[in-house]
Amino acid sequence: MRHLKAVNRKARRIEQLMTANGDVYALAQGPAGGGQTTPHYPMGCSLVFSPGWEVDSAGGTAGLCQPVERDLYDCYITCFWPAQVPDHLNNYPDWTKKCGAAAKDWRNIDLVFP
Amino acid sequence: MTTRLQLSDMKRFSAAGKAFAFLIPSSSVIGLDDLSAALLDGFKDGPRNPATVVDALAERFSRDDLVEGLSELHQTGAVTTPEHAATIPVYKQTEAAPLSTLVLNVTNKCNLSCKYCYEYGEDKLTAPATSAATRFMDEATAFESVDFLLQRGAHLPRLTLTFFGGETLLNFKVVSATVEYARRRAREAGKTIDFSLTTNATLLTEEIVGFLTGNHVGVTISIDGPKDLQDRFRTYSNGEGSYDRILPRIKALLKNHRTRPVGARVTLTSQVMDVVRIFDHLTEEIGFYEVGFAPVTTSANTLYSIQNAGFDSMLDQFTNLSRRYLDRALKGEYMGFSNMTDQLQEIHTGVTKSYACGAGLGLLGVSPTGDIALCHRFVDSPDHKLGNIRTGLDEEKRHDFNRRTHLSNKAECHTCWVRGMCSGGCYHEAQVRYGDIGHANLHYCDWIRGWIDVCLHTYAEIAEKTPSFFDRFDERQGVGVPA
Repeated sequence: MRHLKAVNRKARRIEQLMTANGDVYALAQGPAGGGQTTPHYPMGCSLVFSPGWEVDSAGGTAGLCQPVERDLYDCYITCFWPAQVPDHLNNYPDWTKKCGAAAKDWRNIDLVFP
Repeated sequence: MTTRLQLSDMKRFSAAGKAFAFLIPSSSVIGLDDLSAALLDGFKDGPRNPATVVDALAERFSRDDLVEGLSELHQTGAVTTPEHAATIPVYKQTEAAPLSTLVLNVTNKCNLSCKYCYEYGEDKLTAPATSAATRFMDEATAFESVDFLLQRGAHLPRLTLTFFGGETLLNFKVVSATVEYARRRAREAGKTIDFSLTTNATLLTEEIVGFLTGNHVGVTISIDGPKDLQDRFRTYSNGEGSYDRILPRIKALLKNHRTRPVGARVTLTSQVMDVVRIFDHLTEEIGFYEVGFAPVTTSANTLYSIQNAGFDSMLDQFTNLSRRYLDRALKGEYMGFSNMTDQLQEIHTGVTKSYACGAGLGLLGVSPTGDIALCHRFVDSPDHKLGNIRTGLDEEKRHDFNRRTHLSNKAECHTCWVRGMCSGGCYHEAQVRYGDIGHANLHYCDWIRGWIDVCLHTYAEIAEKTPSFFDRFDERQGVGVPA
């Protein structure tokens, strides 16, 4: 670590684990596979992260900032990719009413038939 | 919508001119540089989009460095996503925890009548006077206890057998026979057993000292300090003080017992609170290697009970001693102030506990008749009996104790930064004070928090200036002599 110093034994163990894993993976629920070597960190839609719902910057899915199904929901709320989802401002304001917690309830988001 | 990050539960502090953070869920201590400290400041008002925090600092630091710093903070657990934020551990029933320490109360009889004793006074939990036959443990019970320890600790290479009382040496015959037996049985089982013993020193003889040395028995002496303080509470039944009797015996012990350090264990009360004077007397004038202090366990309304002002005074004096400890440590020297060493050891290791101590998990007490108790302090309390050495441990009752004493059931502790080290404090103290082993010891929260704060600062300063001081901690074994 360059900016932090592991002082006690517990901190040193955490540092060893970090070195062993070689990458940030906590957000991705598992080590990113496939040759990703540079650290890659969620910085918000406008920067390097939230790369859409297909792949992460290493070409896999392990490093996505959120599950793909949730990313769809992300599109709806923030109009990140508005063409993919119903228009929630005027015609379908209740589209996600049954989806209280996206990670859990995303299946309740149904198709719409204009 | 984007991922937001927030600060983990932490305590930030500075020592030796440097910034540190103690991360509460993991008990890790990390040093912060200016960049990481600034990043943490950026999250102090709650969850934030990390991009905004980085943007705000982009003039002071490079973006690459900020992203790297943020990554390090995230990986160490200093910042976290709201859904990954650590919570209080939930109680899980532990199946047959390996037993590592068994405390044998070889007698519940004592030749002193210390006025504050939790075993005899108004605070006692024990059943009314038992017959003479049940006041001394016999050899058969002690040997069966050894077998019980070896069997329940089968997975562990190293076990501890501790002798306690009453006054332990009133039953020296059984102590010595048991040590011999345990040694033989441990050899057969390919294990090591460490022995320790607590005594008031009144009955030490040349023969006993020879035995303790020859068998590497760790000894803790209960003593309150110089004559005027020792004789205030630690008296015979006729009121006569015990200092003059124990002094030559302790000196002989310290002179001859060279195989294990001998420690002193002091009970502090509202009237015996001169911590620094006691420490100096016991170490410099008598020659103890280690001195540990504990506030008396009693209900709130006794005259000797320590009240809030008393705890403040105790903290001030502990802080004085801790400064001396620090000065010595910076020179690479050791000072035998057990309270400090024990706490530094916990911080150094990064202990996070859901239980205040090992009672009912890795440690059990045995009464003279072979009844099993949560720990030596609960021995002979009918309400806290956990079976008998012959019929076995009552697992259901043990689970019930474990559940009741688990941190998850102490709501008052859940927002406290020392919860992973204190975990609500001594169960016996809670029983005496609140009538409930699962109650948090709220009467000394300020004192515990204050003391651990002093220790944390001391730890960081030593770690910054003389990190090699802690090398000895990596090998140090918990002595674990009960009080």
